[in-house]
Amino acid sequence: MDFAVNILALGVPFSVALLIASLGEMFNQRAGVFNLGCEGIMAMGAFLGFLAPFLVGRGGPTAEIWNYAGILMAMAAGALMGIFFGLAVVTFRAPQGIAGIGLQMFGVGVAGTFFRHFVGGTQSIPGIPAMPIPLLSKIPVLGPILFSHNPLVYVAFLLPPAAWYVLFKTPWGLRVRASGANPRAADSIGVKVNLVRFQALAVGGALAGLAGAYLSLCQAKMFSDEIIAGRGFIAVALVYFGHWRPLKITGGALLFSLAQALQLAIQGRGINFPYEFAVMLPYVLVIVVLAFSRENLLLGPTALGRPFNREIRT
Amino acid sequence: MPQEIVNRISSLRMEGITKRFPGTLACDDISLSVGEGEILALVGENGAGKTTLMNILMGLYRPDEGRILINGSEVVFRSPNDAFAAGLGMVHQQYMLVANMTVLENIALGYKRAWSPLRVDLEMVRARIGEVADRYGLSVDPDAFVWQLSIGEQQRVELVKTLCLGARFLILDEPTSALTPQETDELIDLLKRMRSELSIIFISHKLHEVKNLSDRVVILRRGSVAFEGSTSEHSPGEIAALMTGREVVLPKNEAPCCEGCEALAIRGLKVRSDRGFLAVDGLDLSICSGEIVGLAGVSGNGQRELAEAINGLRSVEEGEILFFGRDIANLKPGEVIAEGMGYIPEERNTEGIVPPFSMKENFILKDSGDPHYASRSFLRLKEIDRNADRLREEFDIRSPDTRVAAGSLSGGNIQKVILARELSRAPRFLVAVYPTRGLDMGAAEFIHKRLLEKRAEGMGILLVSEELEEVLDLSDRIAVIFKGRIIDTLDRDSADSRKLGVLMAGVKESGDEAV
Ligand SMILES: Nc1ncnc2c1ncn2[C@@H]1O[C@H](COP(=O)(O)OP(=O)(O)O)[C@@H](O)[C@H]1O
Ligand SMILES: [Mg+2]
Repeated sequence: MDFAVNILALGVPFSVALLIASLGEMFNQRAGVFNLGCEGIMAMGAFLGFLAPFLVGRGGPTAEIWNYAGILMAMAAGALMGIFFGLAVVTFRAPQGIAGIGLQMFGVGVAGTFFRHFVGGTQSIPGIPAMPIPLLSKIPVLGPILFSHNPLVYVAFLLPPAAWYVLFKTPWGLRVRASGANPRAADSIGVKVNLVRFQALAVGGALAGLAGAYLSLCQAKMFSDEIIAGRGFIAVALVYFGHWRPLKITGGALLFSLAQALQLAIQGRGINFPYEFAVMLPYVLVIVVLAFSRENLLLGPTALGRPFNREIRT
Repeated sequence: MPQEIVNRISSLRMEGITKRFPGTLACDDISLSVGEGEILALVGENGAGKTTLMNILMGLYRPDEGRILINGSEVVFRSPNDAFAAGLGMVHQQYMLVANMTVLENIALGYKRAWSPLRVDLEMVRARIGEVADRYGLSVDPDAFVWQLSIGEQQRVELVKTLCLGARFLILDEPTSALTPQETDELIDLLKRMRSELSIIFISHKLHEVKNLSDRVVILRRGSVAFEGSTSEHSPGEIAALMTGREVVLPKNEAPCCEGCEALAIRGLKVRSDRGFLAVDGLDLSICSGEIVGLAGVSGNGQRELAEAINGLRSVEEGEILFFGRDIANLKPGEVIAEGMGYIPEERNTEGIVPPFSMKENFILKDSGDPHYASRSFLRLKEIDRNADRLREEFDIRSPDTRVAAGSLSGGNIQKVILARELSRAPRFLVAVYPTRGLDMGAAEFIHKRLLEKRAEGMGILLVSEELEEVLDLSDRIAVIFKGRIIDTLDRDSADSRKLGVLMAGVKESGDEAV
């Protein structure tokens, strides 16, 4: 029993970075753009999130505030990188796969270089501490699993319903879905498809930045070159796994994080379970799931990856 | 609903509109005007510039020159929103619906009155749809997903959508080319009822519809106005002649039925559709060399599945397809081709060509390994060029050269590319599915002539079509397909459109001299 609770209590915070980043990627893809640069934006977010509290926020009464300044910087930089990406793939119609890989290398490279320049070696920060919710956190089993985390975890779990609402209930969500599924139709009824794509990329980028900042500020409480460790790519895979639906994506993020927590717990008990295998799992699952759900693909953004220009026939 | 009343459009005029695309002058100084309550027919061959002109009117394209006047004052449409606001609405040639959203959502996408930043008021949209549906007798299911709807239903959604957005001026771009004959009649009736409230621009290749519906007709030829006049004063034949610049006479099959050997014999064929039911359900059919058998029927009765099964593109559940005595059921497509089968598929853009490939590459799709076009793994480019130039000339394909992407050609020219490829390979038999769907009369005439020529040379042809006139003109025998079976087969002389219409609806009259 304790073992299971431990895994769950560990797995829930693990899932947060994946969850936030994949919901961001979901908005990109719903609008018709896949951003493989997610990993790079996360690296940048992790670095910027770490930088403010590291440089100015050591101790003192204002320390907490600098954590949140770091988060804002990470999100702003993420949104900018999303817009930058949009310039390449929406305005200049660059192939999205290649541009995404470019953005990934750019983000990871710049974050690492700046880190060595401004920080030097491994340094830890106090980060954002856990904030158990009074009373609720005392509930047996559920308390440690759900209510004993840092504030970003709680925020992260408000995101899926919020993303669902935005996507399916607001005019902007309607425009996003139409732009990704049939841009020509959206255009003919007055939707500014490319503007919507830029907006979605900015939102997606901001969320990827936030996911990165979560990793450095809440999970690792430090920055290193490998801090993202492929999570950006897993986030992209999760979007396919969850068929572009916020709640399914959340399920996927939890599933993989629990698998990871399990693997750590097993290792902790001296049983050697290959880490690489756990990392591989999401990809394998995505391939299997996609192979068996072809008709579901038609429910998502059917124009995914295709640039739109009214006057160019495709 | 007072705010419903968009300013009346008592006159609309396009003046000196010119639009260039790279390498093409799509519209060349076109002027036309439409008065209140008038129905203007816009006709012209494929590629004449009709769609481009209407896209300019809707604010989708900016004209290079020219202006638009509504009620005498100039308007500039920067986007479709401006055109909607002025009371214009268009049902596009390719439907502009998002397949994986519901009808309600598709309409909400343009119905800004139901928008607030944090919520779309879908109930308000639903009420608006109900209102329009009642007023014009256009029923749609707001909660259905678009992908669940037939082509005819989708068109109804398009109409409801434009009307919901407040259109007082309706543009219909080839609305009937994908409809069944019954659906077409319904649409024409509806438009006649609407003329008291709306002005309409109606684009069609079917001149009897133009005659039946419109007050005035404007004929475009290669981007400019070739003729403008009142519809009642001109016969369809005259209009067709003005359209193509020459007289068009659709050829008829009048040769006596030749007694060839049996080329294709289908016995007890059963084939499943994509959705898993038996779309072809115990079908028997036999076609001889030198014979055209027309397969008439409302689309969706198993035509597609039959054609695909014959060509090895769909697995056969039961039964046999004897092709000159050899059973070709469940052979691979390449093997069927090697047996001498030619195929003009239903979806010319997705199944008939590889759109981004050049025209000349599309000509050799089926022969890229043939020693004539390839030697030791290398393509013989000179030979491919020579072949392409010859076919372009022979089939009168209008394009700048043979290197253009096949997908950038107009529908009629794409169809000619496919026809050229299939016929030049000299197959023993041809399956032609809706070969003239959406084509203008000139192109249809051309294709009909070619098919009759091949018949005279001894080729057997299975002609799948919904157009009764086409079937009656070309066939030696007409088989009517209904729910996956041949319900009856008539000889050319004993068939007429009334009999076929009844059979297509699935009713078999007794006492008829059916074979
Ligand atoms: N987006 C485009 N890019 C390039 N050429 C185009 C484009 N749209 C139309 N054309 C060309 O303009 C001409 C007119 O096309 P269109 O208006 O579609 O004709 P129609 O509707 O009368 O069949 C054709 O030669 C077509 O190939
Ligand atoms: Mg057109």
